[in-house]
Amino acid sequence: MCSQAGAAHVGSSLSVIDILSVIYGRVANVSAASMDDPERDIVLISKGHAAAGVYSVMAHAGFFPVEWLDAYCQDGAALGGHVTSGVPGVELSTGSLGHALPFGVGRALVAARAGSTRRTFVVLSDGECDEGSNWEAALMAAHHDLANLTVVIDRNGLQSLTTTELTLRLEPLAEKWAAFGWAVSEVDGHDHAQLLQALDRRHGRPSVVIAKTIKGRGVDYMEGQVPWHYKSPNPDQLASAVDQLRGNA
Amino acid sequence: MRDAFITRLAQRASENSRIDLVVGDLGFGVVTDFAEAYPLQFLNAGVAEQSMIGIAAGMAAAGRKVFVYSIANFPTMRCLEQIRNDVCYHGLDVTIVSVGAGLAYGTLGYSHHAVEDIAVMRAFPGLTIYSPCDPREVTAAVDAICETSGPTYLRLGKNREPVLHATPPDVASGAPLLLRDGMDLTLFVTGAIAAVGLEAASVLESDHGVSVRVMSVPRIKPLDAGALVGAAVGTRGIATLEEHSVVGGFGSAVLEAFAADGVRLPVLSLGLRDDVQSAVGSQEYLRNLAGLSVGEITERLLRFR
Repeated sequence: MCSQAGAAHVGSSLSVIDILSVIYGRVANVSAASMDDPERDIVLISKGHAAAGVYSVMAHAGFFPVEWLDAYCQDGAALGGHVTSGVPGVELSTGSLGHALPFGVGRALVAARAGSTRRTFVVLSDGECDEGSNWEAALMAAHHDLANLTVVIDRNGLQSLTTTELTLRLEPLAEKWAAFGWAVSEVDGHDHAQLLQALDRRHGRPSVVIAKTIKGRGVDYMEGQVPWHYKSPNPDQLASAVDQLRGNA
Repeated sequence: MRDAFITRLAQRASENSRIDLVVGDLGFGVVTDFAEAYPLQFLNAGVAEQSMIGIAAGMAAAGRKVFVYSIANFPTMRCLEQIRNDVCYHGLDVTIVSVGAGLAYGTLGYSHHAVEDIAVMRAFPGLTIYSPCDPREVTAAVDAICETSGPTYLRLGKNREPVLHATPPDVASGAPLLLRDGMDLTLFVTGAIAAVGLEAASVLESDHGVSVRVMSVPRIKPLDAGALVGAAVGTRGIATLEEHSVVGGFGSAVLEAFAADGVRLPVLSLGLRDDVQSAVGSQEYLRNLAGLSVGEITERLLRFR
């Protein structure tokens, strides 16, 4: 997708793809058939720039035809470079960081007040933990004991120019969320069993799963490399990446 | 205006359990009764405007009809991108209510003067803007908002503004509402500064024999150029008056609407000078400094005539 379209954010897509596979495939009670169900679970992708990864997972989860992926970011295509509502299954258009968690708090608050059992999941990037709006919403979620709200942080350690720790130090990140009143777990974000266990566990308060991931996961020349936040693979690089990912799969 | 707003909203909330009021830790003595009467329809979002609008959008997406209440520029500019991306992008049923239009917060200073908000909010597609001139228009605006759905901005003065309409007005049609008839000029005015416009019209009539038709325009987006032209029929020129910067405000909206329709009429725009107001003073004092005194409005209308 990214190669064909010359599109960016392939590294961000590969780091979050296991998280999304577990949420859409195993945990969240949502499917193409349940999008009109008022009791469906809500999945919000705050790191909207990972659209290629998000749309790949959603297509394979049956929200829309897999063929749509071939036209990603082409003129007039259904799928563009940031996650956009209107695409079947997408609950919120994102692209600017720090938006989905407050929105998710609103969703979760209404569900809690209505006595609904539905859950709200919000997938954040680690870099966007720089955004103050997330911490405003974190205060609110804990204040209202929103046990139906779960955040997953794609902790790949890299952001736009360099590492998160050289940009605005986030560590100790788990302690920060715990201090805000959240139930915190830390897992290997590429280990489906660990993700599943952490996402299934219920707490009496909002929970955050800090999923340690590798940006560009599965492609040796992309892993942990800042430039792959922006670059798109040329045909040779693409062939190598596909070989490696098939081997890993 | 804020009493008219909260009174009407409480009535509507008692009839419609989908209505929520979200406040940005403001409204001491104003929202307390509502919070006590309807605790499950009330939320204090704290001093956190970005989160407040995001939460309101999430609540609206879950089927609620959400009113967000704060003052000055806090529920607009402080969280502008949340209004754009979360509310307007998704066409959600969120009404942003701000108290303190224009220079209403006088001595609290420029941080609390909402004098560029119309320009900023007007730019968003699909956002309806109400700017009532008196408590009766406020009540009517709350009713109109409750009968419709979608992103809305309700710009309120402060409190104890005079009642200018003899009967309950209809603001939903978007048509200008007659406050005083006249034959020489038409003055379209939005917001509480209408009272000053009426005073100027009175002086023009008594001292200069000039008769001015004063019409309130409580809904400034969408704006119907045809209705404005129709309302001015028989007069020789159109002036606009607002307690907002002359840059991008109500006057600009009228000019844009005319330009889009190819309307060829002379228009005089009266508003606050494009300037940071650093003087200390009451609303009336600051209005006078900024060019919105009865005398200055009278003089400019005389020269334009």
